[in-house]
Amino acid sequence: MTAHQTVKPAPIRRRLEVKAPLERTFDTFVKRMHDWWPKEHSLIDGDSRKDVIIEPRPRGRWFEVTEKGKEIDWGHVRSWERPNRLLLVWQLTMEFKFDPDFETEVEVKFTPDGDVTIVEFEHRDLERFGDKAVETAAMMDDGWGQILGEFVKSAEA
Amino acid sequence: MDALGDPTRRAIFERIAGKPMTVGEAAAGLPVSRPAVSQHLKVLKDAGLVSDRAEGTRRIYSIDPAGLGPLRAWLDQHWDKALSAFQAAAEEGDTE
Repeated sequence: MTAHQTVKPAPIRRRLEVKAPLERTFDTFVKRMHDWWPKEHSLIDGDSRKDVIIEPRPRGRWFEVTEKGKEIDWGHVRSWERPNRLLLVWQLTMEFKFDPDFETEVEVKFTPDGDVTIVEFEHRDLERFGDKAVETAAMMDDGWGQILGEFVKSAEA
Repeated sequence: MDALGDPTRRAIFERIAGKPMTVGEAAAGLPVSRPAVSQHLKVLKDAGLVSDRAEGTRRIYSIDPAGLGPLRAWLDQHWDKALSAFQAAAEEGDTE
């Protein structure tokens, strides 16, 4: 009766074939994030975004910089393996607030294949966004029953 | 609401909760036909308990825990948009 099982949402996965060499593909991801990251997906609050920085080393910061020079943290680098792999930690909560204790992983793998680079992307640990909901259900000591109850409620809402 | 009332359907749901999978994977080892599994998946999907998406020629089923649906949908479209812009930027070159 205490067979708790955590409900895990599926990670977000994407696979791209980029018609560009390996190093350039990796560098575009890291150094030109400001160019390709959707402009409206920023936390600049009235200001405008000047840059997005990923410091090229383990524990390096991942943040955006506004025109007025304000720095807003998004997360950090967990593993820096240029040009084959990058492991970032996304630390923005469901409310899009930076929280140093909140971590979800964003892994990007780069593999050369002829004249293209295969990019495999995964944003995982998404269940952590909903830790509180899952904790609440688990505390009720009915494992699946309660958790599924939550599903049903949301499905019917 | 009895989408999970049927034992086979519940078993299928619990498998998908463990990890996202195709109909074939969800059906493996169960004493029911694949069309029957597809039918169960349809009921789960109609109930909003399971969602599916195309990955190449395959269809992948996954679950969506309470409260995370809208956030996951936001992230999904965010990464779609961001990664296609990233791809275009990489292909046009000009790294510096």
